Amino acid sequence: MADTPIQAAPQEARAPEVPSVVEVLQDLAKTSVLKVQNYSKLSYHSITNLATGPRYIQDTLDQMDDIGVGSLPIVLLSGFFIGAVMVLQTGTQFERFGQASLTGDIVSLALVRELGPSITGLLVAGRCSSGIASELGSMLVTEQVDAMRAMGTDPSRKLVTPRVLASLITLPLLTTISVFVGLIGGMVASVLSLRINATTFWERAIKILEFSDIMQGFSKSVVFAFILATVGCYQGLNVRGGTQGVGRATTQAVVVSSVLIIVSDTFLTKIALYLADKFF
Amino acid sequence: MNLSSSTLTTTLPVTGQAAIEFRDVRLGFAQGEILRGVTFSAQERETVILLGETGTGKTLLLKLASGLLRPDSGGIQVLGKDISGMAESDLLEIRRQIGFVFQEGALFDSLTVGENVAYRLHEDGVDDEEIESRVKEVLRFVELAHTIDSLPSELSGGMRRRVSIARALIGQPPIVLYDSPTAGLDPITSQTIISLILRLRDVYGVTALLATHRLQDGFALANFHFDPQAKKVRRDSSPESARVAPTRFLVLRAGRIYFEGTPDELMKSPDPYLRRFLI
Repeated sequence: MADTPIQAAPQEARAPEVPSVVEVLQDLAKTSVLKVQNYSKLSYHSITNLATGPRYIQDTLDQMDDIGVGSLPIVLLSGFFIGAVMVLQTGTQFERFGQASLTGDIVSLALVRELGPSITGLLVAGRCSSGIASELGSMLVTEQVDAMRAMGTDPSRKLVTPRVLASLITLPLLTTISVFVGLIGGMVASVLSLRINATTFWERAIKILEFSDIMQGFSKSVVFAFILATVGCYQGLNVRGGTQGVGRATTQAVVVSSVLIIVSDTFLTKIALYLADKFF
Repeated sequence: MNLSSSTLTTTLPVTGQAAIEFRDVRLGFAQGEILRGVTFSAQERETVILLGETGTGKTLLLKLASGLLRPDSGGIQVLGKDISGMAESDLLEIRRQIGFVFQEGALFDSLTVGENVAYRLHEDGVDDEEIESRVKEVLRFVELAHTIDSLPSELSGGMRRRVSIARALIGQPPIVLYDSPTAGLDPITSQTIISLILRLRDVYGVTALLATHRLQDGFALANFHFDPQAKKVRRDSSPESARVAPTRFLVLRAGRIYFEGTPDELMKSPDPYLRRFLI
């Protein structure tokens, strides 16, 4: 055996075999299934860890501060202008039919049901899913995660569960704030641009809302919170290839969580509309 | 240096059994099999030096011994318990009895030195007053008491390794695993690290696996001993010292144990591969 730096060479030197297309597809399928399995396990444990100790309350509060309070400025700013631009876009169409007063209704419904949860989810995914992936990824490549395990700490409990729980608590709150600020933005735009009375706008915006609309928005924000936190954790804890891998994981976290949020939004909307029709 | 308080003066009892035992352990990755049937044991209070070139699987053996990795086949016993097929939740308990000094320290970079060292005690729910006194004591042991509020990024490489030793030591583990503790350090700092390991062995009586590619580290551990009365490291290669704190070499090559023996046997070996380590 040669004294090579990595002494893991096979017993006999063989010419490298070229894999067939079927083998490549099989490997791809196996890898994909394995990733889904690992992601599912991480997601499952992130919740079941809450049932038994130890619980990391301080870590959860720290993450709530980082994810919730830290995301507040971008959520406030974007929420206000999304509300305003919604009014500008829809108001001009309603004006053509002399129904400008309906603007409050439509903006309110759009914000509560759809734009509030999804825009907030995407913004927080961009900010926090990437942050979680890079933080955990850096810890992994510098052996801090191994050090944690070596000292008898379960990284799933210490690192994953507090982040998932913090997201589940803060994203619905951020969504609520975003919707409220969006309505204010819409009100300001409708007063200045459409000359609609502020009270009229606000009254119509509130009256049009039903319990099912609020539940639809709330349930979406909970699901989106779970997605952005678990995807960030999964990508961070599965980094391969040192610091370059951390960069890749960070990008992947944003891409995957954003796509999952948008795809799941479609299904959640369908389910919510069905349930609203059935029970409310 | 204060060695009088409870943290460091408790010499571990000897039960006469192997603290760590590997039986035909195999482990491979995508690039091939790295460990191809490794069998060895480390008796209580024994220091086993894992010597080998880069990539021969020294770090893997340490990670297997602490349950951070699982073998593809073979058995591993630690403190009388088979850990090779143990559930992760049970392994967490076993790992609390093992101190692990990582090659680059692996300190938590967002925590201060004091918080790093106190990590395990916080996890165990020890009260703050006791944590403070024990952290100060182990930091005094590694002569870094003044860095308690510093961040790891503010320390030199050698200081980070010493903090890592302090962190491994705080839980009073009967086994300590050192992964290349002197790699990349200058000779003076390496000497400081080795004398710390000596003191830990001779004062506390820990069983140690030490992975290194530096033969001089192994010989220093075999030929020097810490005298707790005089509080000094002394050259002492007498049979009595070797009996109390035995040191043994394992040379890894191509995934197998290539040589196993005492420092003396290694020195006298005519094997050309082993002679290359002695140059």
